[in-house]
Amino acid sequence: MQEFLEFTLGGIGIGMIYAAIALSLVLIWRGTRVLNYSQGGMAMFTTYVAWVVISHTGNYWAGFVVALACGLVLGAILERAVVRPTVGKSPLNSVIVTIGLLIFLEGLAGIIYGGQYRSFPAAYSVKGLKIGSVALGISPSDLFTAAAVLAAALALALIFRYTSVGLRLRATAFNPSVARLLGIRIGRVLTLGWALAGLFGALAGVLVTPSTFLYPNSMDSIFVLGFTAAVIGGLDSPVGAVTGGVLLGVVLSYAGGYLGSDLVLVYGLVVLALVLMIRPNGLFSAPVTRRV
Amino acid sequence: MRRSLRHNAVAAITVLAAAAMLAAGCGSSNSGSSGSGALTASAPGITKSQILIGSHQPLTGVAAPGYDEIAPASNAYFQYVNAHGGIYGRKIVYKYLNDQYDPTITSTVVHQLVLQDNVYAIFNGLGTPTHLAVVKYLNDSKVPDVFVASGCECWDNPSAYPDTFGWQLDYVREGKILGKYIEEHFAGKKIGYFYQDDEFGMDGVKGLNYEIPKSQVVAAESYNPAVTNVAPQVTALKAAGAQVVVSFSVPAFTALLRLVSLKLSFAPQLVVSDVGSDPITLAGLLESFAKQGGATVSGNALTQGIITDGYLPSLGDTSNSWIKLMTMIHSKYLSKYPLDGNVAYGIAVAYTFVQAMLKAGRNPTRQDLINAINGGLPQGFAVAPYAYSSTDHNGITGAYMAEIKNGALSPIGPVQVTDTSPTGAITTYTGTQPAAPASGIPSP
Amino acid sequence: MTLARHLAAAIVVAVVLAALSVQLGAYRDYQMAEVAAYVVAVAGLTVLIGLSGQISVGNGAFMAVGSYGGALLMLHLNWPLELVFAASAVIAAAGGAIFGIAAARLRGPYLAGATLMLAVALPTLADQYTGVFGGDQGLSTSITTPAFLGAAFPPTRWLAWVTCGAALIALVLLANISRSRIGRSWRAVRDDEVAAALSGLNVARLQILAFVVSAGCAGLGGALLAVVTGIVAPGAYTLTLSIGLLTAAVVGGLGSLFGAVWGSLILVLVPSYLTNLAASHGLSGAASSSVPIAAYGVVLIIVMLAFPAGIQGGLRRLFGAPTAAVPLNALRRRRPASEHQEEGLHEKIT
Repeated sequence: MQEFLEFTLGGIGIGMIYAAIALSLVLIWRGTRVLNYSQGGMAMFTTYVAWVVISHTGNYWAGFVVALACGLVLGAILERAVVRPTVGKSPLNSVIVTIGLLIFLEGLAGIIYGGQYRSFPAAYSVKGLKIGSVALGISPSDLFTAAAVLAAALALALIFRYTSVGLRLRATAFNPSVARLLGIRIGRVLTLGWALAGLFGALAGVLVTPSTFLYPNSMDSIFVLGFTAAVIGGLDSPVGAVTGGVLLGVVLSYAGGYLGSDLVLVYGLVVLALVLMIRPNGLFSAPVTRRV
Repeated sequence: MRRSLRHNAVAAITVLAAAAMLAAGCGSSNSGSSGSGALTASAPGITKSQILIGSHQPLTGVAAPGYDEIAPASNAYFQYVNAHGGIYGRKIVYKYLNDQYDPTITSTVVHQLVLQDNVYAIFNGLGTPTHLAVVKYLNDSKVPDVFVASGCECWDNPSAYPDTFGWQLDYVREGKILGKYIEEHFAGKKIGYFYQDDEFGMDGVKGLNYEIPKSQVVAAESYNPAVTNVAPQVTALKAAGAQVVVSFSVPAFTALLRLVSLKLSFAPQLVVSDVGSDPITLAGLLESFAKQGGATVSGNALTQGIITDGYLPSLGDTSNSWIKLMTMIHSKYLSKYPLDGNVAYGIAVAYTFVQAMLKAGRNPTRQDLINAINGGLPQGFAVAPYAYSSTDHNGITGAYMAEIKNGALSPIGPVQVTDTSPTGAITTYTGTQPAAPASGIPSP
Repeated sequence: MTLARHLAAAIVVAVVLAALSVQLGAYRDYQMAEVAAYVVAVAGLTVLIGLSGQISVGNGAFMAVGSYGGALLMLHLNWPLELVFAASAVIAAAGGAIFGIAAARLRGPYLAGATLMLAVALPTLADQYTGVFGGDQGLSTSITTPAFLGAAFPPTRWLAWVTCGAALIALVLLANISRSRIGRSWRAVRDDEVAAALSGLNVARLQILAFVVSAGCAGLGGALLAVVTGIVAPGAYTLTLSIGLLTAAVVGGLGSLFGAVWGSLILVLVPSYLTNLAASHGLSGAASSSVPIAAYGVVLIIVMLAFPAGIQGGLRRLFGAPTAAVPLNALRRRRPASEHQEEGLHEKIT
């Protein structure tokens, strides 16, 4: 029983991290219809900036805030400089460009900061919590991560649903020509979308890096699982991102614990396959109709 | 019809143009000139002024952190030797190329080093799957393939791979030495294994199982280095009641094991392979968690008490002549790297190479180098003798047990030597390690 | 006749390549062999994406399936090389069929996600069943130069001949399929799935067939690469490989077999060129080994921005060809109405 509880809570904990990445992917997809392969790379880079700030000032929260701000700026810059020219061309062009960005960011981080592991602090203690003498298997840091991700998901859902900014984002992705005709400044909206995604990615980066250690390729495997979580939940849904992340985390935790950890990634593939066979557009997607 | 003909013509022209560019760009380096005096170009890669050697290393990518220090450290020692007369007056030029731990890229860069750069030998190629991609090619091409940076038993195969030699303590031997210590000091306790799911972990477990009684082992959990979440494995170890966890893991995963155990309030005795137990690397990985408000954990506290083994002198033993040599090289050439286990490894293996080259003679052919190593090499940095002979291409044969105390390895037992067989005895090494040469350079 | 024309072109190219392989040094022959192996895999992928409009970020997994299958046949049954290559293609094609059937309803990013996970997960099976697959160490797949060529024949030249020969055969077959009714049906499905279905085309079967062909090519390419490098190991089939194939296909020019050649050349030559450039400028050591990596990323971005239709598209523009290989809006699937329908419904759910 104890083991089951630990597997469950551990799975939710890591699932929240997948959800964080998934959220930023959902944001970019829903707002700009671009698959951003460099999301993990951007998050890694902003985490490095945070690390520099924390090493110099000794203040975790200063680094946290700087990372988020950097994420905003980095997202905006990348969109203007690199992604904007691919608008209107084949969607695969933006995929390749974001892949090129990922490679560039990893190389740049290697040049500036070197390739070795850096230790990155967590917001709160990583020592496990106990109720009486029962170890729960989660730490205050895990609780903060979960709270931050849930808050971010809620904020994202509210932005899309209730604010004019969110409406403009959705309109631009929906039908750029009509949106332009309605007076929406497409360029600004795209930049804003990427800036926000950079912010959420930066959040994911500082939340996950304590347990992966910081090095240029630290976000690679987390990105894959975060992307899978986004697909499971449905790329258009923030709620789906969190659900997909938690589902994936928990299932992989059980499978890894009870069945053996060698094939964890294969179990992930199985989960993905099962979900997509039943709902090809993810769990929280509307049924797809096709009009002639 | 015409359009497609024109397309074909266009295509053919562009293919030819590209090919011409390739041909123009292709370089062919000469194999050295015969010079005046005693030094001649006796082999590819050897000229009268330099010896060119090559290597493949993971300098970027997920396997790079830590390992990317080894080649620069070796190069630092070569620069020191070059500054003090070189090898019979020749400078060692060490060209190490990045293979990103991908066997396909390893094959490409090694072909480039051999076919285009004409290196004399491949030195310290790093990684088991990566080096396995090129070991047959190197032996077929008769290129010396010396001191592979991997603890796999596969390099000890003089009949199939006469030009290949290992160097470091191999994983099976290490498993046996660790296993014997556990069998003696933790009799009756429940043992759990935590190991990487490649030949490093599996060979280590093989060695452990030769020594630890089966009944004591309650859990064996493996991890894939691509998946950083090891909570399921540690939970399973805890659920099995393991009181001692033997870990064949790389430093990142040793640190993760420690952190997740902390989260799960699980506190077994850790026994870790030398590969993953470098105190400085571990402390660096864990230092951020040392500063958490409220929790009384410090970086050193998280590594304190870990039991491991060592086949080079402990970096904490500052009075040791070999450590003084390392410290000097480090402060002169490697100040931007920490003086940790990887740097120590790089310097130590470079020293062995210099020993071998000096023994190979003034104008060595490739075979001279092979014969020199087959004839045996003195111990150098290693605490135990090398196994090198014409029938054994394994390197270091033993290690001492140690405990991490205050961020450094503190020996807790004598040097033990053994072999790789299931029943081979583990005996205490009765010899002593000779002191380092005063000049820092081995005598010919 | 299409087949005769393609065969003639292939023979001409074969002669040119053979002459080149003698002219260039042993190392360039090795690179030629590598390029040939990648060309096969990239050509299959470019047919899948460019002709049938489905994305795959996971063809590295099919390369792994093909090369492991071939390696096992080579090691345990001692099959001759041609049979091994053919079998690798068939085994991988079977894998492609299974995947294609499972993924038949997936589109766009969801298909991408599924292939991504496939690319990452499948090679780990080799780590698991170490008895069969050799685990992390892999299986050895080096070949020896046949005796009739003489002892002095450079092994890398033989590799170049074998791989280029296999690649040319594969390219001829692909070119034929591309110009056949199947190719036209694929383009129809790509351009407007609903219209194609209404015209009587079996969309699902065509899409699965595209996966089969693409996976078969990847399997053959994997076997060729295994023979060139001499080893099949999980470490060679990372996500980086699949992404490399994708970038090669797009940068070279989607849907175009020549594009596959340009893309493969870039994939093989540019990284090593950048590395040697960095080394010759005195940059060595760990931190500066990232410079070629960063530079490669920049090259990808610049080429993609400068040649939106890929290099082949750029060449066509230069030489005045009237149409691009793939209409630019072809890949924006013509279901805007339905996608927006989805958006509309979405309002109520979230």
